[in-house]
Amino acid sequence: MIRYLLGKLAESAIAIWGVVTIVFFVTRILGDPSALLLPIGASPEEMARLQADLGLDQPLFLQYLSYLGNIATGDFGQSFQFGRPAMGVVLERMPATMELAFTALILGTLLGVVAGTIAALNRGRLAELVVMLFALLGQATPVFWLGIMLILFFAVDLRWLPTGGYGTPAHLVLPAFTLAVFVSASIARLLRSNLLDVLKEDYVRTARAKGLMPRVILVWHVGRNALIPVVTMIGIIMGELLGGSVVTETVFSWPGVGRLIIQAIETKDFPVIQAGVALIAFIFVVINFAIDLLYGLLDPRIRERR
Amino acid sequence: MTAPLLEVKNLSVVFDTEGGTVHAVNDVSYTIEAGETLGIVGESGSGKSVHVLAMLGLIPRPPGRIVSGSVLFEGRDLLKLSEAELRNIRGGRIGFVFQDPMTSLNPVLTVERQLIEPLTRHEGLSRRKARERAVELLDLVGIPSADRRIGQYPHQFSGGMRQRVMIAIGLACSPKLLIADEATTALDVTVQAQVLDLVRDLKKRFGTTVIWITHDMGVVAGLADNVQVMYGGRIMERGPVRSIFKQPHSAYTWGLLRSLPHGETRLTKRLYQIPGQPPDLTEPPVGDPFAPRNPFATPRCFTETPPLRQIEGMAPGHQVAAWYDLPALLAAEQGTER
Repeated sequence: MIRYLLGKLAESAIAIWGVVTIVFFVTRILGDPSALLLPIGASPEEMARLQADLGLDQPLFLQYLSYLGNIATGDFGQSFQFGRPAMGVVLERMPATMELAFTALILGTLLGVVAGTIAALNRGRLAELVVMLFALLGQATPVFWLGIMLILFFAVDLRWLPTGGYGTPAHLVLPAFTLAVFVSASIARLLRSNLLDVLKEDYVRTARAKGLMPRVILVWHVGRNALIPVVTMIGIIMGELLGGSVVTETVFSWPGVGRLIIQAIETKDFPVIQAGVALIAFIFVVINFAIDLLYGLLDPRIRERR
Repeated sequence: MTAPLLEVKNLSVVFDTEGGTVHAVNDVSYTIEAGETLGIVGESGSGKSVHVLAMLGLIPRPPGRIVSGSVLFEGRDLLKLSEAELRNIRGGRIGFVFQDPMTSLNPVLTVERQLIEPLTRHEGLSRRKARERAVELLDLVGIPSADRRIGQYPHQFSGGMRQRVMIAIGLACSPKLLIADEATTALDVTVQAQVLDLVRDLKKRFGTTVIWITHDMGVVAGLADNVQVMYGGRIMERGPVRSIFKQPHSAYTWGLLRSLPHGETRLTKRLYQIPGQPPDLTEPPVGDPFAPRNPFATPRCFTETPPLRQIEGMAPGHQVAAWYDLPALLAAEQGTER
């Protein structure tokens, strides 16, 4: 088990190093931010001074080394835009992103599990067709379009909810629902096909041959096995949502990490981009690790192999 | 005479598939007395497992469908019971042991959980009482240090041990009838012998009635009182084990017995192989289902289904469904060879 944990840790470190390296070089392709930061018509001397201040006059490789050294101590540099530590700027946006992500995830998972179960248990009946049709639509509908439609209907026409922004629970409803539609559609489809597979298993027949109640069979014998792949999917979705749902946050003017990173890319605010992406990578790694542990809880065979 | 424990009458089961209606079980009738061990033998698709699963509501419906018949168990017609009533019988009065304990046990639940389920369900035992009983059961089926191993998962057991767990589950509520479906097929020959010993021993101790479904005539010879040979969803021959092994009257039984390795032939001769393929059951069966593969078939075999009838001069209960007289034909064949 300790060997397994150490291995995982090393794997995670390499993954994070890979991500921060790629993001460093990709941001440099964006171009020189000093032109954007200075007023139009600034002199070449002013340019050079700013570049020296930002460390952009150094050779790329040296910039990379000092960047690596700094982030090893948790220092992602000062935001060009805000003049404050970049990681601080990103972390300030985390609560909003987390609020949206978890609401959408919980809502979407509940909906998805219920829908997927209904579909699997009603194989070949109308209920399955209806659920699967909605799931397909839910997965295929672009998030931005759904978001805009919801705004037009519930905010503009009916005036029940705000069009965007952040603060009250009412602000949360539309963006959370928009994301939950996609989440629940994915989970419903996966769970349905898993359930149908598991229902064919011999051990389900054994459970029925014991005369167990259908509810017991569904929860203990079928559900446990069918949920294992769904847990992985929930983990991946959670990682994506916590990294900031760029489109949804933008459509609903939600002050989250996704929107921040988009703004940072537009203004070539390298430290913020780097800090944001590093944070997302870190979140992914942590979630992956948690999923791995959860897997072991659900499936004793995996626990054994460690 | 007391009523038999199980009385199957004219049971027919079909499966509605895209390729047509599969007539899996056709007009099967038989009885089992309490304490009897009946071996049901046949190849895949003979209906041997399906008819038993069907009468206890364990085939998927649809596509499966029971078309006709009645199955009296302890005086009640199983086919007329509701699903809830059948649930009360399954795992309680009738226990099951399935093939391949690798897939028939749930991989993510402990043996304890899987073993106490029928006990809490049918006997109303508390979890603690059920656990005590479960340890006793594991002990009974010969699993060493049962108290420790009960907390483990199926993958931590060997194939033979898993099959023992399966048997413990089947016997948990002291069933009147134990149905074993290819219970030793997935095991090594030596492990198979151990498991068969165990079953014989348990049968003797508890007087359980057993239906042992297998494709292996050898297993039947060592375990069963009576044999029932099925083919194409029909009973071809049935009767006491000794009588059938001594003088089979169905060409199919004869073929099965000839294809068993025994004595010197094991090394010197090629094993006998029944020619042809199993029948396509999507066509409504006409005549004797084995006729197309039967070297002794008469024209009548192709047009009219032979009824199961007692054979004159053989042990009581030795019945065959055949239009031809196999012993006479075999004797004549030997005569011409000489």
